Amino acid sequence: MARSVTTRRKTITTALAWAIGLMIFFPILWTVLTSFKTEAQAISDPPVFLNFDWTLENYAVVQERSNYLRYLWNSVALAVGSTLLGIVIAVPAAWSMAFVPSRRTKDILMWMLSTKMLPAVGVLYPIRLVLIHFGLLDTKLAMIAILTMINLPIIIWMLYTYFREIPGEILEAARMDGAGLRAEILYVLTPMAIPGIASTILLNIILAWNEAFWTLTLTTTSAAPLTAFIASYSSPEGLFYAKLSAASTMAIAPILIMGWFSQKQLVRGLTFGAVK
Amino acid sequence: MATHHSRIAARAMMAPAVFLLLVWMLVPLILTLYFSTMDYRPLRGIYECCQGFDNYVRFVTSSSFLESILTTLRLVGGVLLITVLGGVLLALLLDQPIWGQGVVRILVIAPFFVMPTVSALVWKNMFMNPVNGLFAHLATALGLQPIDWLAEAPMLSIILIVSWQWLPFATLILLTAVQSLDSEQLEAAEMDGAGALSRFGHIILPHLARAITVVILIQTIFLLSIFAEIFVTTGGAFGTRTLTYLVYQRIIESQNIGLGSAGGIIAVILANIIAIGLMRVVGKNLDA
Amino acid sequence: MGRIILDKVRKAFGETEVIPPLDLTIEDGEFVVFVGPSGCGKSTLLRLIAGLEDVSGGAIRIDGVDATSTPPAQRKLAMVFQSYALYPHMSVRKNIAFPLRMAGMTAEEQDKRVNAAAKVLNLTDYLDRRPGQLSGGQRQRVAIGRAIVREPSAFLFDEPLSNLDAALRVGMRLEISELHKRLATTMIYVTHDQVEAMTMADKIVVLRAGHIEQVGSPLDLYRAPRNTFVAGFIGSPKMNLIGGAEAAKHGATTIGIRPEHLTVTPAGGTWTGRIGVSEHLGSDTFFHVAIDGIADPVTVRAGGEVALHYGDTIHLTPDLAHLHRFDAQGLRIA
Repeated sequence: MARSVTTRRKTITTALAWAIGLMIFFPILWTVLTSFKTEAQAISDPPVFLNFDWTLENYAVVQERSNYLRYLWNSVALAVGSTLLGIVIAVPAAWSMAFVPSRRTKDILMWMLSTKMLPAVGVLYPIRLVLIHFGLLDTKLAMIAILTMINLPIIIWMLYTYFREIPGEILEAARMDGAGLRAEILYVLTPMAIPGIASTILLNIILAWNEAFWTLTLTTTSAAPLTAFIASYSSPEGLFYAKLSAASTMAIAPILIMGWFSQKQLVRGLTFGAVK
Repeated sequence: MATHHSRIAARAMMAPAVFLLLVWMLVPLILTLYFSTMDYRPLRGIYECCQGFDNYVRFVTSSSFLESILTTLRLVGGVLLITVLGGVLLALLLDQPIWGQGVVRILVIAPFFVMPTVSALVWKNMFMNPVNGLFAHLATALGLQPIDWLAEAPMLSIILIVSWQWLPFATLILLTAVQSLDSEQLEAAEMDGAGALSRFGHIILPHLARAITVVILIQTIFLLSIFAEIFVTTGGAFGTRTLTYLVYQRIIESQNIGLGSAGGIIAVILANIIAIGLMRVVGKNLDA
Repeated sequence: MGRIILDKVRKAFGETEVIPPLDLTIEDGEFVVFVGPSGCGKSTLLRLIAGLEDVSGGAIRIDGVDATSTPPAQRKLAMVFQSYALYPHMSVRKNIAFPLRMAGMTAEEQDKRVNAAAKVLNLTDYLDRRPGQLSGGQRQRVAIGRAIVREPSAFLFDEPLSNLDAALRVGMRLEISELHKRLATTMIYVTHDQVEAMTMADKIVVLRAGHIEQVGSPLDLYRAPRNTFVAGFIGSPKMNLIGGAEAAKHGATTIGIRPEHLTVTPAGGTWTGRIGVSEHLGSDTFFHVAIDGIADPVTVRAGGEVALHYGDTIHLTPDLAHLHRFDAQGLRIA
């Protein structure tokens, strides 16, 4: 709002906003701090905040015990692979819906979105059977395909909303300039939609990275991503908060860092292009 | 704005996405339908066909079915209530001029990046644990009796965990919507003598209606299939067994494929009913 | 070459027919302006010629070849859009070179043509800027540059000046006319502004509700409007259209007389009235005169420095040689 605000009022709102922000962030902060503590300090009462003996030991133990790097690689492969595959399928579809709308376009879009509402458990068993039948259970290929399919409706929807902001006249100009369909999409539409496509990619990498139903139920070792890695820490084993924290930090750090670096695109992406 | 050529091209370009989604939806669904009419329990080597609606009747009449529906509704409703209310308040707060707005925004978004398994584990162990959790330490420091959150208030605990994950999303969407509000509208209302409350009720809230429907739609899609949070915390015990989780237990834990498949189909039907209702609302909004 | 023939071209969007069957021939090298009020179908007609919309019936022939179902990319037409439709992510150079690149031209050939076009259009200094960094007039020029480099058989302009301010519009009008003289290529130009139509066109096509009301040179339309619609649309300020008893005296339902064909006389005269609003343009003065027995005020052109004021009584005499008569259907009586 374009109005002057008294310093006093700004101080109060700032204090309030920071307090709430820190409160919301606290669990993450606490996890990261705990990951540098010894197991004894991790559960000490009263809790220690910063005044403890910082150690990296937990990270070493976690890597040794569960081979973090392999899970990390699987997570990257699954998230990036499924997102890029989804984009390749979604761009043409979104082009169609945004620039050649028909009476059924909205129904198709809604139907696509509704496939996202199908409870995954309802179809878990058959998919498991199909994967076993083709020898694809616990393979990255199968997981990439599945993650692509579950996020495809969201990718199409986001791209559709971004594409609709691009004036159709520019694409028509390309057509008049002699561009075929391929050239129109490759040289005109895609470069113009880069910010929207970037947001879509970022958000879907996060969704795929954090997906925890299919990855927990359909992978065991060779395709298992970080969701499975962290689930292996769910059984309580007494003195183990520091190691749990280290594992947690390792699982979320890549996405958290990526998220912070690309905050602007993400904020745009997070709103699914649905709110301006 | 289209010609015959472009309409043909459009159909061709949409075909892969539509085809893949159709296959992805139909093949497993048909297999599930098929299994749901069988008595199929692989661990006991039972594989008998054509039981008709037996599985459905058994699934629906079991006491756990109705309970799981109520649990699902409580979970989804609770999280929606907290995130929408909290989101509106936070959005209004973050819209005010404050120092370090960018940093605060990063802090508030952060939970969205945390994978569900991690947040469930962290909350369960480091906060809600009755002996070593921070909440227990806090209670002791205040001279109170620490409580075992996940055993004594399991539903509330899970709602809190899930709300923590989704509050950033709601806040961001609502904040974007608040920021798009024309400040002249508010100033005009102020000139007309509207107080802060009536400005909120008559101008800000109606302006947010579309954003709120989007939040509700998207969150419902994801919340109906909440799995990891329950899997990691209570494992479906203590009245936290949602429909999703109940079906999961029948299929994976008790390996009763027939019964579980029937449950899966019922879950699909119920989800569709909710979906159609929501689509009606949001479909209208998409035109705007 | 650029002879375009529309043969019973029809366009319907669902049930609504926006263009009933329509015939029109555009000769090679002609500057044709489609003019009419908004919603008259002039832009749709242009888009049909461009191939951006399908015709619902009839045929479009370009240089003797049936192009009715040829995609826009292959019609060898260039179009300048109302919003300019420049590619925001490309530099001016790349914008202008885009059609050449699509035609598979070598890089040197592209450069040569772009530089030549830029020189003509005064864009040489801006070739490496993005469209977002240009003014409205410069963007307009880039759009024209993009159209001329590929040497199309005809240019299509869709209200190209409507986003410019008044001063720039006059300048661009001259530039486009000059371009036409130099290239001698067919140009089809859509506008709702009859001044643009009058000043630029070889041939004006006046459209209303998808129908062609009249086709002719600007002066044909000015001198002999076929009906009251064209009479009221062409010319500025508008022709005075007068009905009732005054018209009956001339054996017509409606008579029309342009402001410049009324003479102001101190006494006598056919009509007597009182001056209402007057508009001083320097060279001319327009009086809006209320006359007894005539429903609407009559507009009169007088000299630049006439000492007449609001409320003054004034006598008017129409020049009978320039009096237009229309029948009950609004058609011209010869």
